[in-house]
Amino acid sequence: MSRQSLSKAHKKITELSWEPTFATPATRFGTDYTFDKAPKKDPLKQILRSYFPMEEEKDNRVFGAMDGAIRGNMFRQVQERWMEWQKLFLSIIPFPEISAARAMPLAIDAVPNPEVHNGLAVQMIDEVRHSTIQMNLKRLYMNHYIDPAGFNITEKAFANSYCGTIGRQFGEGFITGDAITAANVYLTVVAETAFTNTLFVAMPSEAAANGDYLLPTVFHSVQSDESRHISNGYSILLMALADESNRQLLERDLRYAWWNNHCVVDAAIGTFIEYGTKDRRKDRDSYAEMWRRWIYDDYYRSYLMPLEKYGLKIPHDLIEEAWNRIWNKGYVHEVAQFFATGWPVNYWRIDAMTDDDFEWFEEKYPGWYNKYGKWWENYNRLAYPGKNKPIAFEDVDYQYPHRCWTCMVPCLIREDMVCDKVDGQWRTYCSETCAWTDTTAFRPTYEGRETPNMGQLTGKREWETLYHNQDLADIVTDLGYVRDDGKTLVGQPHLHLDDPKKMWTLDDVRGLPFPSPNVLLNEMSDSDRDAHVAAYKQGGPGGRPAKAAAAS
Amino acid sequence: MSTPTKPKERSLPKIELTDAEAGALEFPDSTSRSYNYFTPQKMRATTYEDVTVDVQPDPDRYLTQGWVYGFANGPGGFPVDWTELKSSDWHEFRDPNGEWEQTIYRNNANVVRQTQQNLENAKRANVYSNFPRGWVKFLERNLGAWMHAEHGLGMHVFIAAQRNAPTNMINNAMAVNAAHKLRFAQDMALYNLDLEESHIEFDGQLHREVWQDDPVWQGVRKNVELLTAVGDWGEALFATNMVFEPLVGTLFRSHLVMQIAARNGDYVTPTLVGAGENDFARDHSYSRVLFTLLVQDPEHGEANKAKLAEWLARWVPLSLRAARELQPIWSQPQERTITFAESLEAAKDDFRTMLDELDLPEPKELSE
Repeated sequence: MSRQSLSKAHKKITELSWEPTFATPATRFGTDYTFDKAPKKDPLKQILRSYFPMEEEKDNRVFGAMDGAIRGNMFRQVQERWMEWQKLFLSIIPFPEISAARAMPLAIDAVPNPEVHNGLAVQMIDEVRHSTIQMNLKRLYMNHYIDPAGFNITEKAFANSYCGTIGRQFGEGFITGDAITAANVYLTVVAETAFTNTLFVAMPSEAAANGDYLLPTVFHSVQSDESRHISNGYSILLMALADESNRQLLERDLRYAWWNNHCVVDAAIGTFIEYGTKDRRKDRDSYAEMWRRWIYDDYYRSYLMPLEKYGLKIPHDLIEEAWNRIWNKGYVHEVAQFFATGWPVNYWRIDAMTDDDFEWFEEKYPGWYNKYGKWWENYNRLAYPGKNKPIAFEDVDYQYPHRCWTCMVPCLIREDMVCDKVDGQWRTYCSETCAWTDTTAFRPTYEGRETPNMGQLTGKREWETLYHNQDLADIVTDLGYVRDDGKTLVGQPHLHLDDPKKMWTLDDVRGLPFPSPNVLLNEMSDSDRDAHVAAYKQGGPGGRPAKAAAAS
Repeated sequence: MSTPTKPKERSLPKIELTDAEAGALEFPDSTSRSYNYFTPQKMRATTYEDVTVDVQPDPDRYLTQGWVYGFANGPGGFPVDWTELKSSDWHEFRDPNGEWEQTIYRNNANVVRQTQQNLENAKRANVYSNFPRGWVKFLERNLGAWMHAEHGLGMHVFIAAQRNAPTNMINNAMAVNAAHKLRFAQDMALYNLDLEESHIEFDGQLHREVWQDDPVWQGVRKNVELLTAVGDWGEALFATNMVFEPLVGTLFRSHLVMQIAARNGDYVTPTLVGAGENDFARDHSYSRVLFTLLVQDPEHGEANKAKLAEWLARWVPLSLRAARELQPIWSQPQERTITFAESLEAAKDDFRTMLDELDLPEPKELSE
């Protein structure tokens, strides 16, 4: 279809909406934003007549590549280290995708502009595509990769694991609370515009370097839809900016959304890329380098900063602090170490780091070995059952962390932890901003202004609380992370499937009570708690307890 | 000719043969190659089930920490009380159409291709100039008005509803339903544009006035607008796909347009409207399966029947009134092969069959 006829066709389909007189659409989802002064414009000009064949063609290419991968025995050259992390990633991502579809009526309800509704409707269909195409990719991995364990329990594991819950924010956050906070600022302006770059571009490129060309095939196909979604978000953002009273809310939501996305996405994708790869070429970009390019330069400098001319207050301090956490405070390394500490309650296997890995980390992140090297050596030493317990229960100079009440990633940068009594409970936060999110942003008033539509943080937010002091073997059994012999764990701290003696079973993890740091914190006297928090904040890096940190 | 230069050394990841393919080793779980956390409807899970079931988690299944975000005034996620209908197992429903991304794009792209080829041929053959004037007026006014109904239902009933149901299977079926409605509405709008640009007398803007003000269409518009105002997703789905569509949608599409277009020298419109009717057959099919499950629910079946009967009492009179107000358009075309009474009776017969299947009482208005 020519551009001229496309414009004409698009103009024609805008005639389909009308001003209702008998009844107006139910407003199911409220917002504290107002759009009375909003200009009306649809940036997309997408019509379904051209959309469906275009997507079908994209699909055909994806499915052709899938056939090719199987015929070409792709799995003879994929790295197990990489594929194992896909068990986690692909258990999480289909829910955020489908949640984005579910978020579209929130935006449609909130924005009184039929022209934008059209773009949002197309996005809804895209998101159904993304969710199901990713589930199908995972199905292919389950069928053709050497170890299906973890893929075969995927959505159950997503729902009941500590990692799934962290990822679930990146989904629930799109569909709950203030409609614009959720479906526009959190979903589109930040998650899709900023972080799909690392999710759907940087990560697939790493997959290809690890012998997997299907992840790039599927996710680049997905990413090619994202530019349209970014236009939707930008359009609504400009409409919101037309009304002065929205600025305060936009400033709040940008701070919350940026920080939460950083906490969640950088934790996960940073770990997959840095610790899931076998490609240790020195000229291969590290996650920090990718982040600097995709997020800092492309998103922050090219997208966010120009919005200042419309009077939007950009959270410069939080962008710099996110970079500081990644570059100076070892955020990704601390997270990877935590995931590996928790291996018995994972549904994927985590490979040990080798000398090649150490050398690469030292090159890319000078000082890495002194912070994390010994711990990874211990991880390797304790990889097999028989003579030792899982690493979390051995003395390796690591203090099991408190969990952030807001982002649910543990408080790994120990000196940044905030502890506060909120809603009658002692809570820990990974950072001042996560504390602010719970105590200030997600509340019915904000800076003296009523915000009755703002959502709230709910649920049993510290996973360990569910199993406080229960036996590790019982916990793994309850989770269902046991293989079909009824005793071998799905998660393993190594990749050796060839020797049954190296595989941990329920018997190897029995007799190990697993306490909840938050329950213990709330049981402490005030003075004990103060001392505990002060010591915790002096701990690290690499999870070292305060005393060990002082001695090193 | 340029001088050959030594190529810059390229940095490439090493290919390594890892033998990480299925079957390379035997170990616990090495042959457990199916999603094992749900029970398939038949012996083996379909691709549709694999890519759909449990993607939307549920605190009643595996979601042990519960929903981590809530609304200001209630829980987040997908609360079961967002409809008054109840189920002892919402997860039992499977879309009989098995819609996932491949089927969505295959089916809709096929419809798009068929429609576009049909319209291009019609334009090339200059067939619009042979349409009788009365038939052109019919299309200008009535098909023009109807496209608003399809668009309104797609945009404000089905897109809204797909946020709200307790399982991914139900929500995805409603999302596909929304895509059908929006595509069909756009197909009609672009057909309207073709007619407007052809060399016949055709007012491409008249549809707005007819939809907004023509008394014949106000019953339909009122019905559609009231459907968009329903907050309960179950009621919105039932009142749209099980009441409005059979009594008004099918009445207009199948029992009028499809019956009389050919007699008026028009082979274009029936293919376009037929595609919309085929969409509805699919959408009606998933709705019937869902409501059949709900009325046969061992625990809540009787309560659900009572609720659906209540909704029938609310919506059937409205849809019947909308249908009856359309009666004058049956006499607008020059070639009339079917009377309004015959069309309405055919629509009612289909509706009665559906009521019978669901074991629901026939509202008295149906016999009036």
